[in-house]
Amino acid sequence: MKLDDNTTGHDNPRLIHINDPKKTCDHSQFSGNEIRTSKYTLLNFLPKNLFIQFHRVAYLYFLAIAALNQLPPLAVFGRTVSLFPLLFVLTVTAVKDGYEDWRRHRSDRNENNREALVLQSDGFHPKRWKMIQAGEVLKISSDETIPCDMVLLGTSDPSGIAYIQTMNLDGESNLKTRYARQETNKLFLEGTMISGIITCEQPNRNIYEFMANMELNGHFLPLSQSNIILRGCQLKNTEWAVGVVVYAGQDTKAMLNSAMSPSKRSRLETYMNRETFWLSVFLLIMCLVVGLGMGLWLNRHKSQLDTLPYYRKIYFQKGKDGKKYKYYGIPMETFFSFLSSIIVFQIMIPISLYITMELVRLGQSYFMIGDQHMYDSLSNSRFQCRSLNINEDLGQIRYILSDKTGTLTENKMEFKKASIWGKSYGDSKAGSREIDAGVEEAMGSGRKWKLKSEITPDPELIKLSYKDLHGEERIAAYDFFLTLAACNTVIPILTGSPSSISGSLLSDGQISIDYQGESPDEQALVAAASAYGYTLFERTSGHIVIDANGEKLRLDVLGLHEFDSVRKRMSVVIRFPNGSVKVLVKGADTSMFSILKKDLPCDDRMRHVTQVHLNDYSSEGLRTLVVASRDFNGELLAEWQQMYEDACTSLTDRVVKLRQAAALIECNLTLLGATAIEDKLQEGVPEAIESLRQAGIKVWVLTGDKQETAISVGLSCRLLTADMHQIIINGNSEHECRKLLCDAKAKYHVNYASSFDDITNLKRKTEHNFLEMTSQTKSSNMSQQITGEEDRPTFGPLALIIDGNSLVYILEKDLEYELFNLATLCKVVLCCRVAPLQKAGIVDMIKSRTDDLTLAIGDGANDVSMIQMADVGVGICGQEGRQAVMASDFAMGQFRFLKRLLLVHGHWNYQRLGYLILYNFYRNAVFVLMLFWYILCTAFSTTSALTDWSSVFYSVIYTSVPTVVVGILDKDLSHKTLLKYPKLYAAGHRQESYNMSLFWITMLDTLWQSLVLFYVPLFTYRESTIDIWSMGSLWTIAVVILVNVHLAMDIQRWVFVAHAAIWGSIVVTYGCMVVLDSIPVFPNYGTIYHLVKSPVYWISILLIMVIGLLPRFIFKVCRQIFWPSDIQIAREAEILRKRRPFFGSNADQDSS
Amino acid sequence: MNSGTPSSSAAGAGSADSTAPRRNSKRPKYSRFTQQELPACKPILTPKWVIGTFLLVSVIFIPIGVVSLFASRDVVEIVDRYETDCIPEALRNDKVGFIQSDRSKTCQRTLRVPKNMKQPIYVYYQLDNFYQNHRRYVKSRSDQQLRNNGSLQDTGPCKPEDNTAGGPIVPCGLIAWSLFNDTYGFTRNNQQLNVSKRDISWKSDREHKFGKNVFPRNFQNGTLRGGATLKPNVSLSEQEDLIVWMRTAALPTFRKLYGKIEVDLQRDDFINVTLENNYNTYSFSGKKKLVLSTTSWLGGKNDFVGIAYLTVGGLCFFLALVFLLIYLIKPRQLGDPSYLSWNRNPSGH
Repeated sequence: MKLDDNTTGHDNPRLIHINDPKKTCDHSQFSGNEIRTSKYTLLNFLPKNLFIQFHRVAYLYFLAIAALNQLPPLAVFGRTVSLFPLLFVLTVTAVKDGYEDWRRHRSDRNENNREALVLQSDGFHPKRWKMIQAGEVLKISSDETIPCDMVLLGTSDPSGIAYIQTMNLDGESNLKTRYARQETNKLFLEGTMISGIITCEQPNRNIYEFMANMELNGHFLPLSQSNIILRGCQLKNTEWAVGVVVYAGQDTKAMLNSAMSPSKRSRLETYMNRETFWLSVFLLIMCLVVGLGMGLWLNRHKSQLDTLPYYRKIYFQKGKDGKKYKYYGIPMETFFSFLSSIIVFQIMIPISLYITMELVRLGQSYFMIGDQHMYDSLSNSRFQCRSLNINEDLGQIRYILSDKTGTLTENKMEFKKASIWGKSYGDSKAGSREIDAGVEEAMGSGRKWKLKSEITPDPELIKLSYKDLHGEERIAAYDFFLTLAACNTVIPILTGSPSSISGSLLSDGQISIDYQGESPDEQALVAAASAYGYTLFERTSGHIVIDANGEKLRLDVLGLHEFDSVRKRMSVVIRFPNGSVKVLVKGADTSMFSILKKDLPCDDRMRHVTQVHLNDYSSEGLRTLVVASRDFNGELLAEWQQMYEDACTSLTDRVVKLRQAAALIECNLTLLGATAIEDKLQEGVPEAIESLRQAGIKVWVLTGDKQETAISVGLSCRLLTADMHQIIINGNSEHECRKLLCDAKAKYHVNYASSFDDITNLKRKTEHNFLEMTSQTKSSNMSQQITGEEDRPTFGPLALIIDGNSLVYILEKDLEYELFNLATLCKVVLCCRVAPLQKAGIVDMIKSRTDDLTLAIGDGANDVSMIQMADVGVGICGQEGRQAVMASDFAMGQFRFLKRLLLVHGHWNYQRLGYLILYNFYRNAVFVLMLFWYILCTAFSTTSALTDWSSVFYSVIYTSVPTVVVGILDKDLSHKTLLKYPKLYAAGHRQESYNMSLFWITMLDTLWQSLVLFYVPLFTYRESTIDIWSMGSLWTIAVVILVNVHLAMDIQRWVFVAHAAIWGSIVVTYGCMVVLDSIPVFPNYGTIYHLVKSPVYWISILLIMVIGLLPRFIFKVCRQIFWPSDIQIAREAEILRKRRPFFGSNADQDSS
Repeated sequence: MNSGTPSSSAAGAGSADSTAPRRNSKRPKYSRFTQQELPACKPILTPKWVIGTFLLVSVIFIPIGVVSLFASRDVVEIVDRYETDCIPEALRNDKVGFIQSDRSKTCQRTLRVPKNMKQPIYVYYQLDNFYQNHRRYVKSRSDQQLRNNGSLQDTGPCKPEDNTAGGPIVPCGLIAWSLFNDTYGFTRNNQQLNVSKRDISWKSDREHKFGKNVFPRNFQNGTLRGGATLKPNVSLSEQEDLIVWMRTAALPTFRKLYGKIEVDLQRDDFINVTLENNYNTYSFSGKKKLVLSTTSWLGGKNDFVGIAYLTVGGLCFFLALVFLLIYLIKPRQLGDPSYLSWNRNPSGH
């Protein structure tokens, strides 16, 4: 199901006959309410599961190898042995899948067998969920879960309101209001049976939209998102609600939304695949050598092949010219030899590495989720890993693209200032306490309620609002606050008996009001209005009740034009008790100033003053809204009402029609004033940004706010500093943008005509500069000198501020390249007024122009495209719903956790996985090479001295556990050090843990170690009675001990689990060998018992260890002495500082 | 300006949440494990450790090297290559023809004992260029059949030496078929030296792998004889030559134990060997050697272990000195921040 089903919706609408499921379902096949989230049934489990599993290349490789081994001339391993690895992974995965599916089955069954009250011929009777069909009428009681998507027909509330909690759907805990249409609700309360037809869209997954109409007694009633309650929600604060099922089962929006987001692939894995290619080249070369060697050898011994006791190609029983025994001619034998060597060397391609990596990432996620420092107690949310593929990318992030609202800021709005009728209030903070008493008095006895949020009102404004209703200023204030209280979608929730609130200062009879709404700005405004004496008490779809200074006003709502991103304003049409009609409008300044009344000079003056105030506010980082109103006369009203009704009931183009209706009334407005709301910065944001920048990460902020607000927030979170040169690009045409860009480049000597090399060079230079300047150990003096050296005028750091309009021109044209060059030179980039898709466009620009990794962080639906586009998407579980989180790879409660996520966990994960990959390459290659050298000594006949089982167990049992444990648990530096020196993060940027040269060094080391493994026993047992199984046994144990000691040498942090895994593996290997050598049917029977009695065995193992690891050890020591890495130094500092009091003691505890 | 963007919705921190006393807090439980703060040992390569490691290796390795070298030097070994010498000179042009003919292949060799040899003196035969580890060869055996009287028909892997017209071959396969059949008789001063053939194979093989009630059948009955025949009335578990031979060698040059001489030999003793040169190694130009050797705790004569140990030990001692010098001349204070990359090269390019 895709979103564009919307478009087909009106071609082929869905018809629901209320309370007539038979008729409803006769016409078309609507799915029942039975849901099935499980993938398999008992019958199809095996084929389907296998089918799905073999979609993975790794499994196909296993399968191909196992199949090759079944061919008689190639049977290198025994049949069962060769199938073991494949069967092992298949079984493990199948068991895991089966268990998960069984749990899904169980929850489906529980879900399907729940009961709900369904209207039948004689009233409501319980019915199982799975039996419910579209068209049936259901009754839901309070706190019950809603079984399918229903259109509300009536509720216990006379005005038809129902409150629902959508926690299961989108994770928001606040209550949302849904309305039954007044018409149906009335009928219901009267007890009449309703019959009508609902025409609605085909099922789609957009949970925030619903378009339908209802034909009821010949009238068409519009139905929208506010009339539908969705499966998975819970009914709250409402005794009962009755609705008709429109979507059931798999058609419900909840079910359609349960798809997973597409997975990403990590950078390290991409590199790893490149090296895997090299490994396959090695594999090919080795197999070719074996194959060709076999061919040449056969050619040389052609005449002897019949009689050679160890070859014997002919059966002699049947005469001299007997049948050939497994001999197919030299070319074929060469080819078969090639194929069978592929079987023997199969683990050269570390397929099991993919499975290991999955396990390791799972373990890493476990620790990231469990990190107490990333738990947000305010929202009670842990860190979440939604994607398991890109843990290590967190250690290499270069660009962070951050949303502002809700990400950098708390998105908890607080009403700070207001400009009313040309006068600004809320600046004075002093003396509010003293005047409080006066205020209380002025408020009189009218106030009987308590607000959840506390605001300290400006006393002057209070006084104004309590004056008698005289004078322009007073009337403007009246309208102003009325707009704040009325022009919104906030629902007041009155919590009844206040006596239950023990310890409350409030006397009995007072009511506590909680404002629930979808926008925090609106909540803040309503709360502010209430603080100034205009309290919103009740809201239904038809009217609102406002307590204005103790006087209860019941206002009829004639129409409401909701906020949309094109108009950028919202308006409500209300009728006062005295019959007068007013339009109250609030909106963004840019969209409001153009529709204001421009008749009188005083309007101009007002507008000018308000504009000045607005600029002041936004330069303080406040979010501003302009408030205006207009009186309505009858003629226009009638015209508008006609249009509005029309638009509301239309099933197509409703949005456009509504917009037209709104345009009719949203003009010629009287400016009342402006509001300023503070969106507080989240805790620790400036520090986090500072650290991230020191770590060499560029932080770009992309916000929908206007330029001034963006800059002020930039200043307050220390993104921008006073000494920065701001390059501002806000052109309104392509030409203008080009000019601005060119000017900036000319001014700051950016030569954009130069070749790309130059630019990257410059980029590197500036990066270095930036590192220098933020370095704590460095004097500013020094950095001045350096910039001087570079022959560039000293400008100080640059900041680029660009707005959405310019981006439209720039991103579409060839200017993108120039913008990018300019942007990479700047320390800070702020993009303001950007649309969601532009955010994604910027991410795309960075991704296409550089190899650097990007991380996008945001909290709202407008960040989703950016989050999905970036290499790593992080969602903030904040105030703006769950969409960002649903689309993200990682989710967390606060922006400041990003510092810990990247600097600590990102660093660890990167180091661990980088090492893990190299080690796995080494581990498999050393084993394969050892086999290879031996095959050269067996006349190229792919004999393996090791037993079949040991060959198979090597990567599955003998050496697999320690790599996983180290990949999950090892850490080079403590989190304290990493947080203290953010620059250590640059190790990830420099790709220190995994790069081509490390790979080749590892391969050289592998070559040496494999030669040692092979030749030490060879020389030790030269011209002796050693048999093949003893030799194989020695090699098996030697290679297992060698790779484990190799790993032990590189472990940075020995916890008991690591000890257990490494030494345990060696013990387990011995155990397996003892078992394998105790089965008399195997030719290797008794080998190990015989071997352990011989001192030469032990001496040669020791010799292999020391000679094999000596070069590596010397290399390691030399590097640490002469070229210590940053991490190495920090590690020494960290350990020695702690150890100094008892130097030399080995046991050191990570105390933190 | 997000106020009321249609698709976004929000909450003031849910009222129920803030008042409820941490009913279902998701705060991760604290444990040193989940916070990755388990007590740990964090080794770093301080100069002490580096030098100490090298010294330790040299201290362990040099004595072992010395002891092994001495042990190896104590072993007295007499090696006599005879495959060419035991063919009459006139026939050396067609060695294969000679070995396949019915002529007498008895051959006399005289060995001088270079040093005193203490008993037991092991008698080996050594074959060169014989790929007992060839895959076709290694697989050509049936361990079921060797072990169990009931598994006579288990000759699957034994091709092409699996069946004759008279039924399955026991022991089947190329390995058994090509059993070594040269024989040696020793005399010293015209006195017969007894060669004991008991306990030359592994006990575990005799007792568990080769059945006590499995007897040879149809063995070497084919058109082409590969090697020695077996006594039909002796069970496989007592045919020690076969058991030794069936433990296939790991390398193309190998020794197999022929027997033990259980008397001491004196220096400059002359030993006459009466040798039946039956085994055909000529078709693949393999060498044959007769070896008499004493043994030490290390096994046979092999200087490699001793030399390797001494070399590695010496090298490590040398490295210890080198690193000691490095640390003395150019010490680097561990954990000194001035070595950090962003402090080290200030110019940056």
